[in-house]
Amino acid sequence: MSQKDSFVKFEKVDKSYDGEVLVVKDLNLDVPKGEFLTMLGPSGSGKTTVLMMLAGFETPTSGEIYLDGNPISSIPPNKRGIGMVFQNYALFPHMTVKENLAFPLEVRKMQKSEIDEKVGNALAMVELQDFGNRMPLQLSGGQQQRVALARSLVFEPRLVLMDEPLGALDKNLREQMQYEIKHIHEKIGITVVYVTHDQSEALTMSNRIAVFNDGKVQQISSPDVLYEKPNSSFVAQFIGENNQLKGKVKSINGENCIVTTDSGDDVHALKINVKNNGDGSLVSLRPERVAINSSENFENNFDAKVKELIYLGDHIRSRVEVCGNDQFIVKIPNSYKEANLKEGATVKLSWKASDSRALDLN
Amino acid sequence: MNHSQSSAGLILTTDGIPLKISLKKAERVNKIRAFLLVSPLLIFILVTFLIPIGDMLARSIDDRQINTVFPKTFEVYKKWDRQGLPSEEVYKTMFFELKNSEGYSVGKASTRMNYSKSGWKSLLKKSKRKFKKIEEGPFKEKMIAIDKKWGDREYWLALGQMVDPTTMGYYLNAVDLKYDSNKNIVQQKENRRIYNKTWIKTFKVSVLVTLFCLLLGYPISYLLATLPMKYSNLLMICVLLPFWTSLLVRTVAWMVMLQQKGVFNNLMVMAGLIADENRWQLMYNQTAVVIVMTQILLPFMVLPLYSVMKTISPTYMRAALNLGASPLHAFYKIYMPNSIPGVSAGCLLVFILAIGYYITPELVGGKDGQMVGNWIAYHLKTTLNWGLCAALGAILLAMMTALYWAYNKIVGIENIKLG
Repeated sequence: MSQKDSFVKFEKVDKSYDGEVLVVKDLNLDVPKGEFLTMLGPSGSGKTTVLMMLAGFETPTSGEIYLDGNPISSIPPNKRGIGMVFQNYALFPHMTVKENLAFPLEVRKMQKSEIDEKVGNALAMVELQDFGNRMPLQLSGGQQQRVALARSLVFEPRLVLMDEPLGALDKNLREQMQYEIKHIHEKIGITVVYVTHDQSEALTMSNRIAVFNDGKVQQISSPDVLYEKPNSSFVAQFIGENNQLKGKVKSINGENCIVTTDSGDDVHALKINVKNNGDGSLVSLRPERVAINSSENFENNFDAKVKELIYLGDHIRSRVEVCGNDQFIVKIPNSYKEANLKEGATVKLSWKASDSRALDLN
Repeated sequence: MNHSQSSAGLILTTDGIPLKISLKKAERVNKIRAFLLVSPLLIFILVTFLIPIGDMLARSIDDRQINTVFPKTFEVYKKWDRQGLPSEEVYKTMFFELKNSEGYSVGKASTRMNYSKSGWKSLLKKSKRKFKKIEEGPFKEKMIAIDKKWGDREYWLALGQMVDPTTMGYYLNAVDLKYDSNKNIVQQKENRRIYNKTWIKTFKVSVLVTLFCLLLGYPISYLLATLPMKYSNLLMICVLLPFWTSLLVRTVAWMVMLQQKGVFNNLMVMAGLIADENRWQLMYNQTAVVIVMTQILLPFMVLPLYSVMKTISPTYMRAALNLGASPLHAFYKIYMPNSIPGVSAGCLLVFILAIGYYITPELVGGKDGQMVGNWIAYHLKTTLNWGLCAALGAILLAMMTALYWAYNKIVGIENIKLG
């Protein structure tokens, strides 16, 4: 990525609150203009701290943040011109929706007519034209969320930050709002940095996802790469469902390797995050990439015992014991071929070496 | 639809009884239970609060004392045309009623008569003693012979104020007015006008105390509401500490601090800021009252402020900053409007407490710092003019009610938050 592409740049940023623990460790991150970047991670992983440093409410302990090429650590939050949607919206309760939207324009000393026009446009964007004179508390959660979104965009900031903005909404509304935010982003092409701990939210909306754990970015890539090619055990486990087989590296052959599981089975896998023979490794494998009783020729073929079958309509979720792991999940499409599977039966499981990834022991 | 809703619009239950009646019946037991639960408190408040207040309000206009002691005299008195002296009949009735009355009731009546015209008390006391020797008329001449005040028309005219069983006299007195002998409302004599000055002083002190409490309490409440828990708890204890100390101890401590040879003046002299002979007069005046009352009433400002500020999410300020407002602008436009319920609750509370304050002005106020509460106590304990006490108290009550009403009109009482 060239320097020109990097609109937001974190350079060797560390952050500590108490001088004992680093909540953000050596963060280096580039966000190109117009990108929707999501910071995803469990709570306490440092992602919100990163966002607060970008907004100016926290200062980096060391390192520097650049916005459009300029260092911003010494610029106070009110001079940064960054929009933000807060977790609980932070709509001013004593002002109407219109007054809330007009606030950032008034502090910028705009003309009354210009303010009216921009507020009108912003309300139209989130389809709340008829609600301008309501107080925030008279609106539903979803409507408040849309007002907060409109307020963060109304003064045309260069960058918008969103701190788990959908956390307080129920599931249906949350999914609907995900699409709305995605569409607005596509329409106006603004750069968005979004924080969430909800992986499906991240996968739905983002151009790229940065997975945070323990103050560090574990992996940063597009949603499909992140799901299909995780490069560490943490990411593989955190994103989507994942089977793991624990063992030691037996041999390495170029891009491939063989891992011997604790039960003595040899698993063919891609060499991703292991270095030497004898290293401990977790082999990661998505449940939907495992074939059951297949006649095709795969590198990995094992007999497995069916422990549990859970009927889920479109597919059957099957827990089996294979290679010493009795928590191994296989997703079987609900088609006529597999209809006669029984608990306690022995089946043949097979998968490609290119679908199994030998990762660190974590 | 037709089944459940009759043509008159009444909704019926399945049994055919109107829904409202049915509902009332169902809720009656609950209402009775609720009433029984509150009834002990209701009775307590009635006996210890409502009845005494009602009695006090009645006293402020009650004027029956003389009518009960000299009922017949007042009957004949009413026939007097107020020209010259009253007739022999009035003197005669007065003579017998005074002679045959009990000393105790005459004492009470004469006190009241003295409010209308000073001199009555001694006149009745002296006359009652001398009347014992007199058996028959003509009473007019004999009475005037005992004391020539009996022949002074002014005394007889003053009685006219007391003919009615109710009077506005106490209220007039409380605002430096009085009835003259023809029952016209006139100003008190120059040297007896004290209450209007006191009212203004009381108002001024209360406003100042409220203002200083707000100025001192707002920042500390803000700090309390925004500091992390472990610091704010400690600070809260410091704020509440005065609550745990006796009011008298605190007031006396202030006396030690503020008097002319006290700690504060000594420090100022030691620091060379004032000359030894020019020590500040900080005690026994209004300044002392304002300083000490501000300190004593400060918690009543801080607590409502704190409880409201605690509910103002810090993200409001962050959001305002993020949207481009300077910290000052954000505070003025976002934080302050949201803290208004606490400000108004605190101000109302402190003002109401201040306007009726008694002990602090009594101890540190000196002559200059006396407030209405002190006059009430004075008349209650020293002059025993309970009618005037009642009138002063009733005016205080009316002022507070008016304030409360105005507050409700302007801010809305539902916006008040005490905690």
